[in-house]
Amino acid sequence: MSTFTLSHLDALESEAVHIFREVAGEFERPVILFSGGKDSIVMLHLALKAFAPAAIPFSLLHVDTGHNFPEVLEYRDRVVTAHGLRLHVASVQDYIDRGVLRERPDGTRNPLQTVPLTEKIQSEKFDAVFGGGRRDEEKARAKERVFSLRDEFSQWDPRRQRPELWNLYNGRHAPGEHVRVFPLSNWTELDVWQYIAREDIDLPQIYFAHHREVFQRGGMWLTAGEWGGPRDGESVAKRQVRYRTVGDMSCTGAVDSDADSIEKVIAEIAASRLTERGATRADDKLSEAAMEDRKREGYF
Amino acid sequence: MSTTIDTLRFATAGSVDDGKSTLVGRLLHDSKSVLADQLEAVEQASLSRGKDAPDLALLTDGLRAEREQGITIDVAYRYFATARRRFILADTPGHVQYTRNMVTGASTAELAIILVDARNGVVEQTRRHAAVAALLRVPHVVLAVNKMDLVGYERAGFERIVADFTAQTAELGLPEVTAIPVSALVGDNVVDRSTHMDWYGGPALLEFLESVPVAADPADAPARFPVQYVIRHGDIRHYAGQLVSGSLRVGDRVTVHPSGETSEITAIDVLGTEVRAAHAPQSIGVRLADQRDVSRGDMITAGPEAPVLTQDVTAAVCHLADRPLRVGDRVLLRHATRTVKAIVRDLAGAARLTANDLGRITLRSAEPLPLDAYAVSRRTGAFILIDPADGATLTAGMVEFG
Repeated sequence: MSTFTLSHLDALESEAVHIFREVAGEFERPVILFSGGKDSIVMLHLALKAFAPAAIPFSLLHVDTGHNFPEVLEYRDRVVTAHGLRLHVASVQDYIDRGVLRERPDGTRNPLQTVPLTEKIQSEKFDAVFGGGRRDEEKARAKERVFSLRDEFSQWDPRRQRPELWNLYNGRHAPGEHVRVFPLSNWTELDVWQYIAREDIDLPQIYFAHHREVFQRGGMWLTAGEWGGPRDGESVAKRQVRYRTVGDMSCTGAVDSDADSIEKVIAEIAASRLTERGATRADDKLSEAAMEDRKREGYF
Repeated sequence: MSTTIDTLRFATAGSVDDGKSTLVGRLLHDSKSVLADQLEAVEQASLSRGKDAPDLALLTDGLRAEREQGITIDVAYRYFATARRRFILADTPGHVQYTRNMVTGASTAELAIILVDARNGVVEQTRRHAAVAALLRVPHVVLAVNKMDLVGYERAGFERIVADFTAQTAELGLPEVTAIPVSALVGDNVVDRSTHMDWYGGPALLEFLESVPVAADPADAPARFPVQYVIRHGDIRHYAGQLVSGSLRVGDRVTVHPSGETSEITAIDVLGTEVRAAHAPQSIGVRLADQRDVSRGDMITAGPEAPVLTQDVTAAVCHLADRPLRVGDRVLLRHATRTVKAIVRDLAGAARLTANDLGRITLRSAEPLPLDAYAVSRRTGAFILIDPADGATLTAGMVEFG
């Protein structure tokens, strides 16, 4: 009896494409959350493959904290143009300017993304929202479904999740509710990088080693900038760094690195003794359950 | 369920206080899959709970309520790798009220670890976990007899439990069971072979997980291709989906279910690459010789072994929801990519099934479904029942004929 086996990257790719096509078949107005980070870039790449030779039947949504890396915004706009995509932007700065949201004392804007995201989902009537979250990232995310039902406040209730069996994803939802969908659920950070290398996917340059003016806060190298750093007593130094994750500038740290190519990045990750969030995300260090708390409130 | 030879998907099940979270934590820790910042967080959390050694259970119990109550509530997925294999672990809670979580974890698993406490031996929940593993047709089962350190590492006790387990589960139709004596707390036979149990000549748990043969999808299994989505490009229709069983080739005569129309495959592409043949579990696009009315929910099959097209569905079930399932209930039945209305005709004589009940069902569906026996094909023999009122997932079903 002959057998056929897929490499682990082919299997992950096939599973993610299956998820994209399920959503296309079951929902009216899906949207892909696109931050310009590597996970959302891989999602977009998978979506392009899933519906080729036709166009992607979804638009993109960027939750703009106002503290963006310029390289990432430039990348976002280039990709949108190249593939003729429609881009929606939910702007945290708008909410602050209108007095709806208030700047936090620590200057971090990641927690402020939830309200603009939720209101954009409601006003645009998006019924499925693709996120690049992976279960290997964090212990609360380890309990997330591939299809995750949210109420009109985008809230996640981990104790009331639908059982998810085989590959039978249940996307039924009431008007006003939506489903968060995570096609990369079973991918690890290393899988994402190996796939980027195999598919030769272009990334923003900040993922690779470069020289940058940074200062240290909470054990992380943060980029100096208008958003609120450095403060008195924090000194700026030029170092060779790269980013393992891309988020809001105010809470995303760079790591010392000389990995200036994708091969070197993969070698660096394979040898790393820190998780990507542990190394680079100040917002997850707030408490043992910081991610669970944000997810419950509608964070992605 | 994307099967690869280099990845093992497995699930764990144990009763309360069998030390399952500790076993999983030990597996992750001793295989060097826990990174420094995760370990530091666990050490700090353990200290703040007044424990002097890191409580490895905190590695997997991620939710606030779990940490507060010291229990595992929901299925958690873990990812780790050794030099020999990659692992996806569905860590499922053992409480009887959470049997549905074990069903969930086992549905995609190729191996299940059933944990028992060496002091207590086989208990009611152990039998239940074995029943779920058998029902879901998990191909391999490990009986991990934990806390051997608390029974003096005695061979006789271990062998008594293994014999008891074998006797009590004989009628379930479990696959071959591999029994391993372990101490998750101390680390005996988890990653490294124990020095306390010279009488045991078998592999440590991780060794076994690394070497157990994973069934590759047989290329000559019946070809099953549920259509997920029709990609229209100009005048051409590409039927997009995942080939869930068997192989399809250009030139194959195919049947579209439930219409029964036949056609021929003129082209197959695997995510941008034209191929002559495709195999499960690839996601593909297929073109047919004539413009048939084919849409999402249809199933394309090839070869002599056709699925059974029927509106009368008989199956083994596990009821998952808190609300009961009653004879006469109107539900939605989701099979492959098709969702149809159905009525519960019979529950093997029972009036109702309540949460975590295992049982048998007969349903009448509004439209015919192309079914395979779950024993033959997990992907096309499985279905779920959905409450049409609020969309809740009610019941997991595994098709049986005769």
